[in-house]
Amino acid sequence: MAVDMTQKPILVVKDLNVHYDTGKGPAKAVNDVSFSLRPGERLGLIGESGSGKTTMATALMRLTRAPGRIVSGSVELDGQDLLKLSDKDLREVRLRDIALMPQGAMSSLNPVMRLEEQMIDAIVAHVPNLKRPELDARVQQLLKQVGLAPEVARRYPHELSGGMKQRAAMAIATSLSPKVIVADEPTSALDVVVQRQVMQTLGRLQDGLGAAVVLIGHDMGLIAQFADTVGVMYAGKIVEIGPVRQMIEAPKHPYTKLLVESLPGIEVKQALVGIPGLPPPLVNLPAGCSFDPRCPFAFDRCRSETPQLQEVAPSQAAACHLYPGLSELPPLPARAGRELNA
Amino acid sequence: MNRFWANLRRNYEQGRISPLLIVGLGILLSVVLFGLIGPFFTDATNAQVGAVRPRRPPGDDYLLGTDSQGRDMWALLIYATPNTLKMGLIAGFIGVGLGTVLGLIAGQFGGWIDAVIRVISDSLLTVPAIAILVIIAGNIDRMSTFVMALVVASLGWMFTARTVRAQVLSIREKAYVEVARVNGEGPLEILFREVMPNIMPYIVASFVGTVSGSILAVIGLEALGLGALEEMTLGNTIYWSQQSSAVLRGYWWWWGPPIVMIALIFIGLFLTSVGFDRFANPRLARR
Amino acid sequence: MSALIEAKGVTKRYGSFTALDDVTLTLSDSEPSMTAVAGESGSGKTTLARMMLGFIDPTEGSVEYRGKNIATMSASEKRAFRREVQPVFQDPFEVFNPFYRIDNVLTTPVKRFRLADTDAKAQALIEDALERVGLRPQDTLGRFPHELSGGQRQRVMVARAVLLRPKMIVADEPVSMVDASLRATILDELRTLNRELGISIVYITHDLTTAFQICDNIVVLYRGSVAEAGAVEQVIGRPKHPYSQLLVSSIPLPDLTKAWGADEIPVTEANAARTNNGCKFAPRCPHVMEQCWQAPPPKYMPDAQRLATCFLYRDAPVSPDADVASVFRPPQAAPVS
Repeated sequence: MAVDMTQKPILVVKDLNVHYDTGKGPAKAVNDVSFSLRPGERLGLIGESGSGKTTMATALMRLTRAPGRIVSGSVELDGQDLLKLSDKDLREVRLRDIALMPQGAMSSLNPVMRLEEQMIDAIVAHVPNLKRPELDARVQQLLKQVGLAPEVARRYPHELSGGMKQRAAMAIATSLSPKVIVADEPTSALDVVVQRQVMQTLGRLQDGLGAAVVLIGHDMGLIAQFADTVGVMYAGKIVEIGPVRQMIEAPKHPYTKLLVESLPGIEVKQALVGIPGLPPPLVNLPAGCSFDPRCPFAFDRCRSETPQLQEVAPSQAAACHLYPGLSELPPLPARAGRELNA
Repeated sequence: MNRFWANLRRNYEQGRISPLLIVGLGILLSVVLFGLIGPFFTDATNAQVGAVRPRRPPGDDYLLGTDSQGRDMWALLIYATPNTLKMGLIAGFIGVGLGTVLGLIAGQFGGWIDAVIRVISDSLLTVPAIAILVIIAGNIDRMSTFVMALVVASLGWMFTARTVRAQVLSIREKAYVEVARVNGEGPLEILFREVMPNIMPYIVASFVGTVSGSILAVIGLEALGLGALEEMTLGNTIYWSQQSSAVLRGYWWWWGPPIVMIALIFIGLFLTSVGFDRFANPRLARR
Repeated sequence: MSALIEAKGVTKRYGSFTALDDVTLTLSDSEPSMTAVAGESGSGKTTLARMMLGFIDPTEGSVEYRGKNIATMSASEKRAFRREVQPVFQDPFEVFNPFYRIDNVLTTPVKRFRLADTDAKAQALIEDALERVGLRPQDTLGRFPHELSGGQRQRVMVARAVLLRPKMIVADEPVSMVDASLRATILDELRTLNRELGISIVYITHDLTTAFQICDNIVVLYRGSVAEAGAVEQVIGRPKHPYSQLLVSSIPLPDLTKAWGADEIPVTEANAARTNNGCKFAPRCPHVMEQCWQAPPPKYMPDAQRLATCFLYRDAPVSPDADVASVFRPPQAAPVS
């Protein structure tokens, strides 16, 4: 999908920091993260569990709950910093301008309410003066947009399949035509066929609304097929970000490269290689690059100095000390099929 | 021993031991100690009829005054409290014990056993307990604290049985029970190793609830004069005070202290049951 | 070829709903292999898995372990069965008793099946198993289940299976909640168990990519019936049954030169209302013919190591053996790197 890069960004996240207060000190789940999103753009944020991606999703809407807290930074939606709004104003902005499809959205549906009641609830919270016929019409329109039959409105969540529930959640999320949709692993519990249908629906919806989408997940294949821009998160930081095709064909950050190489295909049987080692604990992060212990290209500077994002290719930035020295990564050293803990 | 305190401390920090639990247990402990240690310092004979000068208000010679039948109120309180607690505890144990066994059987075996138990427990639940208890108690010749406890327990087991049964049914379906089966655990082992620990919180909560309810029932019956009248209990004290029109005559030190003691017991039980849930269910712990 | 587990004409019905429809599958232990059972949710793959583990009994047909019907086994026979056939479950939360620390899940089998005679050896076994699945023993042992992430919990379940060294592991979506980079580690460990220790693995999944990578053969189920089965190179590499084709084309691959997804035929009202006595996939099939509604297609063999229940291949010979595994290829020694 072509994104007009000359347009002003609709969402600008700057130096966002979200910490979790643990008994042993703050865990920096989101560590100085910045990115921007243009209208109609699809940004995919990919990361392992513990990379901070879900924390990021909730923080964007200021839905962070204790023991997590947003420490610093700004989230500007169409010029307005969401982190500085009053609770009342924020409530209005939520759903109307920026909507969240949380992880396990289908279980966020109230099991004892019919679908139409839940959808109407969401709408009425923002637009209180609509009359019932108008609300019903809107519900029908939303259902149609997500590819659900009209009679689904009167059903209860348990009467719907997983894919249908996900689409219902999508309908609720887009009921007020938001400018930004944040989808946190929207298809994690669905099988391939339904997943594709749901993603296609999301894409269609988004095109219709002209909205921007932040898709968060861990499936590189899915994100590659859906997103325009990909941001790779590791230990709370964005370590590389750029147009999806470039990132997959020529990844510049070692972690990205390892991720891409570890993806199995269905052409040829290959030795299954993971990435040896484990992500670092987010409390008391050591100095230097957080990927250093697992990086095949690490050198001295990596242990002491934290790399910052710098441009490594047109529209592509990576946080790695190898640049600007290199033009591209050398091939990965040969690895045995089984890697144990370092 | 150090490990015990370290564990305790860690549990507190994790939020599993809430201040409510501590306060609740503290109150209960004080009441129990009052009843356990008190007798060593007080002469039991002072709590009997005609022991001391009657109708004295609280003062230097009698800490809580005396009643119109010549009992030292302080001594009476010290002996009555453990008796009342005892009845509650006995009724609690019997009620919860019976309820747990029936609930486990019903949940584990199902079929007609389950149907029978359920019909009995559900019908008894709808019966107005106090009415039945009054009838039963009124017809017993030789009443004693133990018999009192039995009477009350007879209608105190149903709630526990229902709760336990429901939990057994739900836990049986859980995946970890399947894992246990796959480990070769037999049905009895599964009942004790897998199901019981997860039911313990409910049993304890039921216990606290049953004890509270039993004490209430006992006091209610005693206040009506249906208790073991020659025993020293809190409920009987209230009964006697009513019989002597203590309220009208202004002998507040007669009916006041037992009521305060009863209130303390209930507050302690309530706080304990609320606080215990946090302890039993680690997921509820928040810090 | 001695049969370890044989599902013979197994059908499972829940009221009017048929979860499995006359499935015959034999898994032998002479050549321990890795077999995938794939399908959408509702395909019957989990039902089949649970039957092989002896948790549910078939409505028709039987499941036999070394020739003995599981449904009628004695307690001691069942214990021997359980020693040899172990699960790895899908749901990483419900499999742990929340009352105990997760150590319990590992120490219990060690004790019950007498895997170590001293505490020190038991501890060593447990720590080794944890490390094999990418967990740090010091960070994992001593914790309660709710203190670990979903991915960590799932890895503990795999570690538990590793501990037991059974003859067959039935793994129901063992890595669905685990990240891509760790997925490879765990699946590789399963494959190593198969190659080095001779443990047969039944891998229940809807992820055809990983099924392709680690398994030798695959059975694709659709609504309780076998749609296609055979060597993974055939079934996933060059799928012939329209349903398998739909599944394979729906896989999102990072290769952006390939289009994502064939267009599926949405079920029209006419199709939904039509009485179907034939192929279950008919209402959604882009190649549906009149014949498909009349009677269920037999198991054709359009290739040596594949069968497809689809009338498109009516010119091919019908498989002589009801056992789906008869078209399986033998396990390969090592993957082509």
